[in-house]
Amino acid sequence: MAVEATTGAELILTRRSFRSFMSEVFGPLLQVFLFVVGSAVALGGVVILLAVVLRGTREDIDLLQGTITILPQVIVDGLVRGFLYATIALGYTMVYGVLEFINFAHGEIFMVGAFVGAFFGAALASSGMLTTINPILFVIAAVLLGMAVSGLLAMSVERIAYRPLRNAPRLVPLISAIGVSLVLQDVMRMIAVNTGLGFNAQFRTPDLGQPLVLAHMPIADERTIPVSVDSRSLIFIVVAILMLIGLNYLVNITKLGTAIRAVAQDRPTASLMGIDVNRVIAITFLIGGALGGAAGILFGMRVGTINPYVGFLPGLKAFTAAVLGGIGNITGAMVGGIVLGFLEAFVASYLSLFTRGQFSGASYADIVAFSILILILIFRPSGLLGEVVAQKV
Amino acid sequence: MPLLELKNVHTYYGNIHALKGISLSVEEGEIVTLIGSNGAGKSTTLRTISGLLRPRYGEILFKGERIDHLPPHKIVELGVIQVPEGRRIFPRLTVRENLEIGAFLRKDKAEIARDMERVFHLFPRLYERLNQRGGTLSGGEQQMLAIGRALMGRPRVLLLDEPSMGLAPVLVEQIFGIISDINAQGTTILLVEQNALMALAIAHRGYVLQTGEIVLADTAQALRENKLVQHAYLGVG
Repeated sequence: MAVEATTGAELILTRRSFRSFMSEVFGPLLQVFLFVVGSAVALGGVVILLAVVLRGTREDIDLLQGTITILPQVIVDGLVRGFLYATIALGYTMVYGVLEFINFAHGEIFMVGAFVGAFFGAALASSGMLTTINPILFVIAAVLLGMAVSGLLAMSVERIAYRPLRNAPRLVPLISAIGVSLVLQDVMRMIAVNTGLGFNAQFRTPDLGQPLVLAHMPIADERTIPVSVDSRSLIFIVVAILMLIGLNYLVNITKLGTAIRAVAQDRPTASLMGIDVNRVIAITFLIGGALGGAAGILFGMRVGTINPYVGFLPGLKAFTAAVLGGIGNITGAMVGGIVLGFLEAFVASYLSLFTRGQFSGASYADIVAFSILILILIFRPSGLLGEVVAQKV
Repeated sequence: MPLLELKNVHTYYGNIHALKGISLSVEEGEIVTLIGSNGAGKSTTLRTISGLLRPRYGEILFKGERIDHLPPHKIVELGVIQVPEGRRIFPRLTVRENLEIGAFLRKDKAEIARDMERVFHLFPRLYERLNQRGGTLSGGEQQMLAIGRALMGRPRVLLLDEPSMGLAPVLVEQIFGIISDINAQGTTILLVEQNALMALAIAHRGYVLQTGEIVLADTAQALRENKLVQHAYLGVG
């Protein structure tokens, strides 16, 4: 039997089967996709049901029609928010995975990424290249630049502010992280104000194209309104998906990824395998920071104007997303981001519609986000996908 | 020159003096065993050799070079590889990934594949479990995986910490047979065991550890016949 085993072994060892490759790289994305569809269908169903129930309460407009008309737009908004939180949440969750430490400066790493893009745009504008550069090239260059700067920054922060505290009580590096967060905010403010970019920095881009019209939605009197995705949202979604594929490949297939997972599961034993644990931790910060930086670029590109404090709230919400999905679990971070993004998008759009404009949904969406954080922490601290935390030795 | 040598090694856990001047040596090709009861400092000795703990005084030499200042991954690079107590399989890596991570420092793909075949020869069960997660294996299978994983690093000296722990007697016998085989194929072994009977049956030489100190050092044969050892560790008399 042993002989039989070994003849087959060579084949198996030289190459991973195509099937296992696909399932490692795209399996998590399939899960994300299922949550996207699930969230859209479930929340869409809820608002339509609500609209039917509340139909009589408004005389001025047809509530059901209003609800359905904006639904596709809300779903696109949910996707963008979802991928925003997902890409930032990955940084929290990966660092938590290897260190069991919450890097509260991660929102600022994201903010710095956004500013790198703003500087890049401003530099191109002042040299007159902004109008002539190929928009796709611009996006690629900006994203790569943001990833590099934010990744290296996150790595340096770990080296300077966290590593010396590795054996201190757990509260100590957390406080250090909050300190780093404030330092980064104000250093960036100092740089932005003194370089002419300004406190409210404009994120200048070349013309990124017209909104992509997906369909025409019929409304009353045979008129239609277009259902469209603006190009910046589309760029956001496409780049985010590419990054998630890349990350899954890196973590699940490569030797480095195996080392990262080994360190996350058992640090001393990983060192007994010859893994330089400090180096793997530094690389984890590099990867998480790079994802955060890319998210910052995409975010800045989409909102147009940024300031040194834009990292705070998305950072906290991405942390919520990471907890929602099961902190330490990479697929969980993506899924948590998606679910949170959808919830927020729906609340932001429909709350005012259903309350006759008395409550502006956009300003109350945060209530939902952080209520979720509290509820999850109380009732399901391991998160949606998080058997991981319970298993952690 | 011994392959591995400890000279007057003192290790502390905070203020607790765990190793009080351990000196021992392992010659190339030997199985040397370190026996003693719970808390005697056996695992501490291995953890100190591997660099997980730092000795406060004393020297650890591998092929005559000091290694007591090196971080664990550098010590592994020299070929001093440990199978830790409690096996410490990576529970969410597959059997294959656990073995691959054992060869983390190596780049010679063909040789790695050959060594993996060798591991499957020793432990056919692992081949059957190839794509299963480490955490789903039984205790015996995990011990096999832990030893296989260490062999993937091509150890010059293999440090085994309580391979019999928690295993059924029939499995213990099987594992010890395989340890003997591994040694016969040329790997030097330092074996830490509470099961003194089994350990002394396969070892060439042994040391008896008591509360952080070596109280006896002799050939395995002589230790088996020693009254104190028989009384305290072999359950005779």
